[in-house]
Amino acid sequence: MASKKDFVKFDKVDKSYDGKILVVKDLQLDIAEGEFITMLGPSGSGKTTCLMMLAGFETPTNGEIYLDGNAISSIPPHKRGIGMVFQNYALFPHMTVYENLAFPLRVRKIPKDEADKKIDKALSMVSLQGFAARMPGQLSGGQQQRVAVARSLVFDPQLVLMDEPLGALDKNLRESMQYEIKHIHESIGVTVVYVTHDQSEALTMSNRIAVFNDGKVQQLSSPDELYEKPVNSFVAEFIGENNTFAGEVSDISDGRCKVKLANAEILANPISVKGKGEKTTVSLRPERALINPSDKMDNIHNGKIEEVIYHGDHTRVRINLLGNPEFILKIPNSSSNLDIKLGNEIKIGWNSGDARALDPK
Amino acid sequence: MSSENKQILTTDGIPLEVSLKKAEKKNKIKAFLLVAPLLLFIIITYVFPIGDMLMRSVDDKMVTEMLPKTYKSMETWDGEELPPEEVFEAFYFDFQRLIEEEREGKLSTQLNYTKNGFKSIIKKLRRKSKSFEEGNYKEQIMAVHKRWADVEYWRAIKRRAPAYTYQKYLKGMDMYENEKGEIVNVAEDRRVHRILWLRTLEIAFFVTVFCFLMAYPIAHLLATLPMKYSNLLMICVLLPFWTSLLVRTASWMILLQQQGIVNDFFVMIGLVSDDNRIEMMFNKTGSYVAMTQILLPFMVLPLYSVMKTISPSLMRAGKSLGGTPFIAFWKVYFPLTIPGIGAGCLLVFILAIGYYITPALVGGASGTLISNQIAFHMKSTLDWSFASAMGLMLLSGVLVIYWLYNKLVGIDNIKLG
Repeated sequence: MASKKDFVKFDKVDKSYDGKILVVKDLQLDIAEGEFITMLGPSGSGKTTCLMMLAGFETPTNGEIYLDGNAISSIPPHKRGIGMVFQNYALFPHMTVYENLAFPLRVRKIPKDEADKKIDKALSMVSLQGFAARMPGQLSGGQQQRVAVARSLVFDPQLVLMDEPLGALDKNLRESMQYEIKHIHESIGVTVVYVTHDQSEALTMSNRIAVFNDGKVQQLSSPDELYEKPVNSFVAEFIGENNTFAGEVSDISDGRCKVKLANAEILANPISVKGKGEKTTVSLRPERALINPSDKMDNIHNGKIEEVIYHGDHTRVRINLLGNPEFILKIPNSSSNLDIKLGNEIKIGWNSGDARALDPK
Repeated sequence: MSSENKQILTTDGIPLEVSLKKAEKKNKIKAFLLVAPLLLFIIITYVFPIGDMLMRSVDDKMVTEMLPKTYKSMETWDGEELPPEEVFEAFYFDFQRLIEEEREGKLSTQLNYTKNGFKSIIKKLRRKSKSFEEGNYKEQIMAVHKRWADVEYWRAIKRRAPAYTYQKYLKGMDMYENEKGEIVNVAEDRRVHRILWLRTLEIAFFVTVFCFLMAYPIAHLLATLPMKYSNLLMICVLLPFWTSLLVRTASWMILLQQQGIVNDFFVMIGLVSDDNRIEMMFNKTGSYVAMTQILLPFMVLPLYSVMKTISPSLMRAGKSLGGTPFIAFWKVYFPLTIPGIGAGCLLVFILAIGYYITPALVGGASGTLISNQIAFHMKSTLDWSFASAMGLMLLSGVLVIYWLYNKLVGIDNIKLG
C-alpha cells in the first residue's frame, strides 16, 4: 500500500475541560494511511477525548490535528468527511436501515441510483442484505452494530473512527464482530482509529496500539511488541497478566541487572533502570516462568503452592515466591505428570531476558 | 385445526382456562377494590355532572308539564288553521290551574323565549279569564287580544310540546328554528357566540404556537445542560406551577396595565411617549401574554421528557455523516421530538380552549373566551340549560380535536414522560 506515514497527525495536542486538569497532555501521534490503530486505556485516560477531537466534537486546547496534511481544528465535524461508529450505535430510530444509510449520501447530493448501489454494497459488506426496510428497533444488537458500521463506511470516507463499538454486545458476538470489522478493514483499506478499554479486542484487531494513561500515550507499538516488550510497568500491568517484584537495582552489567528484593536477589533485563540503587518493578509474564526448569535458566527459585484453579485448557497456580504471594503460573493441561498439589514446594525458573526491570510503581 | 379446538387440561384434569380464571380471580378482586374508591369518585364528580349537564341542556319539560291537557288535545291538530274548541278549552283549564299555583308568569317567560309577544297577552288573559263564562272558550279567549286569534301564536305553543329540545345548541351557534321549523341564522348584529367560538379557537391556537416556540429551546436546554444548571432551570420553569394562578394573573395586570411596569419601561427608554402608552391589557394581547406564560410549563415538561431520552450521540452522528447542524437537527432531532410536541400542543390547546380566570381578568371585552360566556350564563342570566349546552359543545369540540390528532399523528405517539 502506497501510504502516507502521517495521514493523521496529532501535533502537541493538549486538552482541558475546566482549565485545571489536562485530560490529554502533549499528544504526539502519527497514524499512517490504511492503518488500524487502537487507542487503549482505562476509562478517564483521555482516549475518547482524542477521538472526539479528531471527529470535531471537541476542540484541542492547544496544538493542532492534521488530516492528510491539512489542519482541521477549525473545520466543523460535518465537513471533515470522517465516518464514525458510536458506542451505542446512534442509529436514527425513526428511519429504516435504508434511510439510515442513505442519510450521508443524501446530504452529499449523490444521485439516487448511485446511492442505492453504494447502500447495497455496504449492506452486503456487513451481510445484512434484505434488511434495508427494517427499523433499527427491529434488529438485534449485533445487527444494529453492523448497520452502524455500514453507515460509517457507505460514503467512502478515508478515515473511520470507532468509539467502543462493541461494548454493548455479549462476549461471543463481540468476538465474531471483532473479526468481521478486521476483515472489512483489510478488504477496503480504510484507515481506522478504534477506541476501546478491552485489551483483547485491541490485540486482536489492531496494526498498532496506543496505550493511554493519565492523558499520555504510554506506548505505541504493534500488539506483539506491546505484550512482549512493555516499556513501563503501567503497560505491563494493563496488557495481559503480569507477575511483579518490587526491589532495588544492586548491579548492572552486560545487559543484565541484579535486583535486590526484600529477602532474595533476582536477575532481570534492565529496560528503564540506568544505575545502581534505583528502585524498580520487575515484570514477568506468567507463561514465561516454568516449573522444574532446565538448569540453563538463570533464575531458579523455590515457591509454595497456595492455590490451584482449573481452567479447562490450562491450570492456574498461585505461588508464594520470593515474598510475592500473588505469583501466577499457567500450566498447560497436557503436562499432567507434574506434581502440583496445594502446599507443595516446587522449583520455578525463568530467563533474565524475560524479566523486565521497569519503573517502580 | 385440532390444537385450537382441543381443550388443554391441567394435571388435575380441570380445563386450563377455568383453572387460570380461578387462580386470577382473587387478584382481580383485589385490583378492583384498589381502584374502586377512585372509580366511585370519578363517577360521582365527573360522569354524573356531565350527564346532568347533557340532560339540562336538552331539557324542555317545563312548558310540557304546565300545559298537559292542551298538548293532549293538540295531538290531532294539524297546525294549518286555528285550533278547534277543545284545544282552547284545555288551554283554559291548564291556565286556570297555573293561576292557582301562581306559575302563569313562568309560562309567559318560557313562551316568550319561543315567540315575542306572549308576555303581554298572557297577562291580559289572566285578568280577563276571571270573568269567563262556561263554554265557548275559543270565542272568549280570542276576544281577549287579537294575537290569541293568530295561528302563529298557537303554533308557537305547539312547538314547545316535546319534552326535549336542541334549541339551546342552535342558540350557541347563533341560529334558531323559525315559525316554519327551518333552522336559520340570527340577525347579523346579534351574532355573539360565533365570534366567541372563533376567538376561542384563535387564541387557543396562537397560545399553543407561542408556547411551542418558547418551550422548544427551553426544553432542549433543560435536556442538554449539565445537571447542576438544568436543575436550577427546571425550578425556574416549575416556579409558576407553585404560584397561585390568581397571583400570577394579578402580577400580569401589574406589569401590563397602562401605568404598569412594562409601559413605564417603554416610556423610560423612549420607545413610546408618555401620553401614548400601549394598551396591553383588557384586550387580546393581555390574554395572549398571560395565557402563554401560564401554560408554558405544560409544553415544556412533555417536550423535556421526550428530549431527555434522545441520545446526544444521534446529533453527533448526523453531523459526522456530513449533515450541517441544521440538517442534523431537522432530519434527526426534530422528528424524534414529535411525540413530545404532540403531547404538549394537545395539552396546551385543550387547556387554553377552556380557559376562564385569566381571560376574565386580563382579557377585557375583546379577549374573553367562550368559557367566560358560559360563566356569564351560569351566574348572571341563570340560563343553566344554555350554559350546559355550550359547555357540552366545548367538550365535544375538544373530543373532535383529540380525534383529529389521533387520525393525523396517532395517540400512541404521545409521550408525557
